[in-house]
Amino acid sequence: MSNNQKLYGALAEFDNVDSIVAAAKECRDRGFRKWDVHTPFPVHGMDDAMGVRPTILPWLVLIGGFAGLSIAVLMQWWMNAVDYPFKISGKPFFGLPAATPVAFELTVLIASLTAVFGMLALNGLPKWFNPLFRVKRFSRACNDRFYIVVEGTDGTFDAKETPAFLESLGAIAVETVPLPDESEKLPAGVVRFAWVFTSLVLLPPALLYAARNSTSSTPRVHLVPNMDFQAKYKTQTASPLFEDGRAMRLDPSGTVARGELDFHGSFMTGKEDNGDWVTELPVPATLATMERGRERFDIYCATCHGYAGRGDGPIHQRASQLALSGQAIWVTPTNLTEQRIVDQPFGQVVNSITEGINTMPGYRQQIPAKDRWAIAYYLRALQHAQK
Amino acid sequence: MVNLASTALPEEICPPALVQGPTEFNQVTEIVAGVAERKPPRAWYIAFTIALSLLGTLGCCLAYLFWEGVGVWGNNQPVAWGWPIVNFVFWVGIGHAGTLISAVLFLFRQNWRTSINRFAEAMTIFAVMCAGLFPGIHVGRPWFAYWLFPLPNQMDMWPNFRSPLVWDLFAVGTYATVSLLFWYIGMIPDLATFRDRSVTKIRKVLYGIFSLGWTGSNRAWHRYEKAYLLLAALATPLVLSVHSVVSFDFATAQLPGWHTTIFPPYFVAGAIFSGFGMVITLMVPARQLFGLKDLVTMRHLENMCKVIMATGMMVGYAYGMEFFISWYSGNPYEGFVFINRAFGNYYWAYWIMVSCNVIFPQLFWFKKIRRNVWAMWIIAVLVNVGMWFERFVITVSSLSRDFLPGSWHYFKPTIIDILTFAGSFGLFFTLFLLFCRYLPVIAISEIKNVMPEAHPGHHGEEGE
Repeated sequence: MSNNQKLYGALAEFDNVDSIVAAAKECRDRGFRKWDVHTPFPVHGMDDAMGVRPTILPWLVLIGGFAGLSIAVLMQWWMNAVDYPFKISGKPFFGLPAATPVAFELTVLIASLTAVFGMLALNGLPKWFNPLFRVKRFSRACNDRFYIVVEGTDGTFDAKETPAFLESLGAIAVETVPLPDESEKLPAGVVRFAWVFTSLVLLPPALLYAARNSTSSTPRVHLVPNMDFQAKYKTQTASPLFEDGRAMRLDPSGTVARGELDFHGSFMTGKEDNGDWVTELPVPATLATMERGRERFDIYCATCHGYAGRGDGPIHQRASQLALSGQAIWVTPTNLTEQRIVDQPFGQVVNSITEGINTMPGYRQQIPAKDRWAIAYYLRALQHAQK
Repeated sequence: MVNLASTALPEEICPPALVQGPTEFNQVTEIVAGVAERKPPRAWYIAFTIALSLLGTLGCCLAYLFWEGVGVWGNNQPVAWGWPIVNFVFWVGIGHAGTLISAVLFLFRQNWRTSINRFAEAMTIFAVMCAGLFPGIHVGRPWFAYWLFPLPNQMDMWPNFRSPLVWDLFAVGTYATVSLLFWYIGMIPDLATFRDRSVTKIRKVLYGIFSLGWTGSNRAWHRYEKAYLLLAALATPLVLSVHSVVSFDFATAQLPGWHTTIFPPYFVAGAIFSGFGMVITLMVPARQLFGLKDLVTMRHLENMCKVIMATGMMVGYAYGMEFFISWYSGNPYEGFVFINRAFGNYYWAYWIMVSCNVIFPQLFWFKKIRRNVWAMWIIAVLVNVGMWFERFVITVSSLSRDFLPGSWHYFKPTIIDILTFAGSFGLFFTLFLLFCRYLPVIAISEIKNVMPEAHPGHHGEEGE
């Protein structure tokens, strides 16, 4: 047996498909365990001839696919519905139809990666060091010859009998493969290169991380100044082009936005000519007006004031979070159910919507006058409902 | 052995052999490895020089773009999606033939694919790389392109997964990754063949590293074949999904001419059509130059011509159906857009598209034309031209006539648009010529597998 340990195994060469298949059957029947057949292409029927059991790879791929699916669904739900929910086009934060494409793609991606890397791992690849590569005869294994290798570690291996047995199977050549007395480790140069390379690759992300977590008194570097400083006039800047020296242009005097032609002063502003608030609703007090008001309120007002008008809309919630960590300055929206607001006449509410109040901008451009009254009407219902 | 092609049987009963000529496994190795081992023909050097100068042009265009911003292109309101998106869809479409040939034809056991799959897969990868370039530079500030990915960032923001543009990123990203894996694992056994034949040290080391120590072990082949089959099964729905998702970029918009449910199947058919067009465009000269006529036979080319004709008719059907639906829907905006496409300001682009995609491929009904390399090459090039114009027509004609007549605008490309597009061909051909020079252009082990000698028990049939 001591003789066997110096040998990697025995190698037999065959020159056609029929003889290798027949020989593989013989080897299987003889009960070898640590042996293999090497062919330049997958030979039909060889798995049966060798008695190779089906691989577990398909099950791994199935697990990979399910993992990809779950990751995709959870990721989309958590990112868009939990951690950073924002309304867009009135779509739900999370819905299966919109989540399907990404879920499908990630299922395929993770399953494919499992198929490839699972196959390599089960095959023990990459394996760059192999005693068979030291055998000159073996260099035709990926070209046009067929080989059987019985390893020395097989229980029934014998340095004399096994080659003789292989010879009897019709091999055109048989030889023993010595265990090379080289180290299986990677050459020192390769290891050094790998270390240097890995360190260099990790350097930029490390520098980025350091920069993100520190402050600096020097101004930031402008890699592309043309893009950072564009030759254009921005809002609120000066321009020598115009007489008044402003880059922003005012509307020509007398400009009226579509639908904003002010035939009825109080209808547009909520204020009578004498400066009193309008107290009577100038639009029909019907269910249709109420519905319209609710719809407009939910679109334009609820983002800050909240659906119930208590000043707790989603923008307020996020902005006050940011304000806590010092990332934003935020003035809390008015709670519209406060007595102070409940006491306001319709005209005053409409005026606030039109002109804006405190930090709230005017909505004259966004909401037509008729809808502003409908909102004021709906707000009254909202306030009553919460008394 | 019997060369079936030389027998007198009619082709319907006994199609010509897939591999003509080489009967020994070694000869197949010699032919394919010879391409990478011999000094390449002079035409290769000429082509490589042209490709490299185009690649240089691309580099200059990109540098100028990054410096000046997207204003160097013709994109402007209302046509904010100009050539970059047209080029993106064009290249992604070309990238469809590779995986279709590898995966779908593999599942259908179409053995004729073995000679052309490696070639088509390489083409896929390089086309997808060209495609990936364009959305990356179209974002305006390309150094922020990583915002597309769901990466944690200092703004505490995540991508909007309800947007088709994010779906697109996942679809194209997955497609690029899976195509690359498919191409690479298909190549491992052939790289091992190259390794074993290497004479120089550098070749031995590099082919050695990338072949991962493959020895052709049957236990490895067993898992390898299973992995390949699974990848094919996964890639088949994937190839159909990619261009469907690309079409969502258009179809989920409300713009007349884009907002149609026919887009996903129509885009997929067009993608396969253009992909096969590109395979023929590249394959015809390559088999000539590298002496691969025994492996890539007239039957392969003829089959591809038939696929082009079939998908061309599907695309033609989609063009017709779009018109029918725009009339049948009774929607005046849809109606206007389609009349405008055919007879409006971009009528010339529309009719280039229709003639190249629908009319010329009809010539493939004639066997003489299907077997004439010059004719098929010219038609294949026209298919590529026509498919580029299809994307141009869809993107630009709809945008240039949007809802408000006041904002209508006639889109014109700038010289930078044109040079960038030409430069993307430089990237494509540089990579492709390098592939032809250094990697196995034909799947050696698969070819051996379809040879009669590869099947146990074939002996003794000789002399029949």
